[in-house]
Amino acid sequence: MLPSPVLHTMAALLTIAIFSFLYRDNPVYKFAEHIFVGIAAGYIVAIEFQNVFLPNLWRPLLAGDYKLVIPFLLGVLMFSRFTVRFNWLSRWAIGLMVGTFSGLAIIGFAQGDLVAQIQANMLPLKAGSLIDTFTNWVIVVGVLATLVYFFFSKEHKGALGATAKLGIWFLMVSFGASYGFTVMARISLLVGRLLFLLVDWPASLGIELIR
Amino acid sequence: MEGFDRRYVFLVILLVVLIPLIIPLGLPIRVSKEVLGAYDAIDRVPEGSTVYFACDYDPATLPEVHPMSYATLNHLFSRDIKVIGACLWPGGPPLLEEVLTRVGEEKFGKKYGVDFVNLGYKEGREVVMVSLGKSIPGTFPADFYGTPVSELPIMDGVRNFSDVAMIVNISAGYPGTKEWVQQVQSRFHVTIAAGCTAVSAPEYYPYYQSGQLVGLLGGLAGAAEYEKLVGVAGTATRGMDAQSLGHLAIIVFIIVGNVLYFRSVKAGGKRR
Repeated sequence: MLPSPVLHTMAALLTIAIFSFLYRDNPVYKFAEHIFVGIAAGYIVAIEFQNVFLPNLWRPLLAGDYKLVIPFLLGVLMFSRFTVRFNWLSRWAIGLMVGTFSGLAIIGFAQGDLVAQIQANMLPLKAGSLIDTFTNWVIVVGVLATLVYFFFSKEHKGALGATAKLGIWFLMVSFGASYGFTVMARISLLVGRLLFLLVDWPASLGIELIR
Repeated sequence: MEGFDRRYVFLVILLVVLIPLIIPLGLPIRVSKEVLGAYDAIDRVPEGSTVYFACDYDPATLPEVHPMSYATLNHLFSRDIKVIGACLWPGGPPLLEEVLTRVGEEKFGKKYGVDFVNLGYKEGREVVMVSLGKSIPGTFPADFYGTPVSELPIMDGVRNFSDVAMIVNISAGYPGTKEWVQQVQSRFHVTIAAGCTAVSAPEYYPYYQSGQLVGLLGGLAGAAEYEKLVGVAGTATRGMDAQSLGHLAIIVFIIVGNVLYFRSVKAGGKRR
């Protein structure tokens, strides 16, 4: 493994290379981007091989756990996609995965989202305090108005149209909140990189730029 | 606005984020009830209990969510709570290792295998979550280093989620908080407190409102609030001044952009 100052300097130069795109597209940026994509792909392959394939399948199989022959064969079938004649065989393995994940997702969504969220929105319209009453009204009216906006079987006119328009306002507020959080996320990443350039990198070289 | 060079926007954002990092302003941090909910839930866990720490992120979101791991683990170890850590993201185990070692071992003098363990990464997403609900040692027969979990004292008597006091999940997307709620909280009725990236926070607030999550840390702000509660000023607290000024700059850009747009429309320009 390379010494810490070398690793930190490499990371810092690659960070600056990526940031250089903000000025204009350039070969230095492209070089850093290609390095990142290549390393990320290699890392995932190595991790999957070391942390998944060897401990979950290969070692237990060699140790005599022969029921693992079934997932091993299903895994081998995935490689049939590389041949035109036998690529249909991969559908067995894909079908098993799609079936398993669909089953889990449907049950999880029904239990964790659908039922629980309907329950959570059955709120008393007269609560203990004025602020709670107001909050409950906002939630109930917001949910109903938004649902009406997504009701397309009747033209949005009259009372239905007005309610749908109110639903749009609630949607806009939620989009605004999402945008605000997205800005926070992006600035957080910039803060992280700048702290690395101002604190961690100089510290690895024995320099203290800022406290 | 037609000929405006957008690189000026990048430059302004760089300056408003950079300056407060060099000269901190010390803007106040107010703790929200969502973050307080997570803190209170961990505070209610009896000393000596075991908590499952789901570290579901990788280096791409490190600046946002890693401070959450530091802050929550500071709280857990300060209360002598045992931590079983594991990841459903391939890039997670080294990050979990770093935070467990720095906080658990170096700061609180906790012992690997006795007070905390890193079970590493397991492929399978929701399948792993459900499998953990049936058997934690069955799902992770060995830890990150390949040591059988049967040889680790911390795993004595830990069969499934009924033997852990709660789950703390720090996540950056899929699989993450949403799946923990859908697959584990609704099935096994385990208490879950979550920390997530700011982008995914709005999606998870309904889970807090419904009580499916006992607390929620959203983005860097959530991490900074938790740092304030545990009295550890980490990188999240340090970044909050820059965060606030960055937001202010974006708000100014939105207002200026809209004013210029409507002025151009009024002057006979095209609506776009």
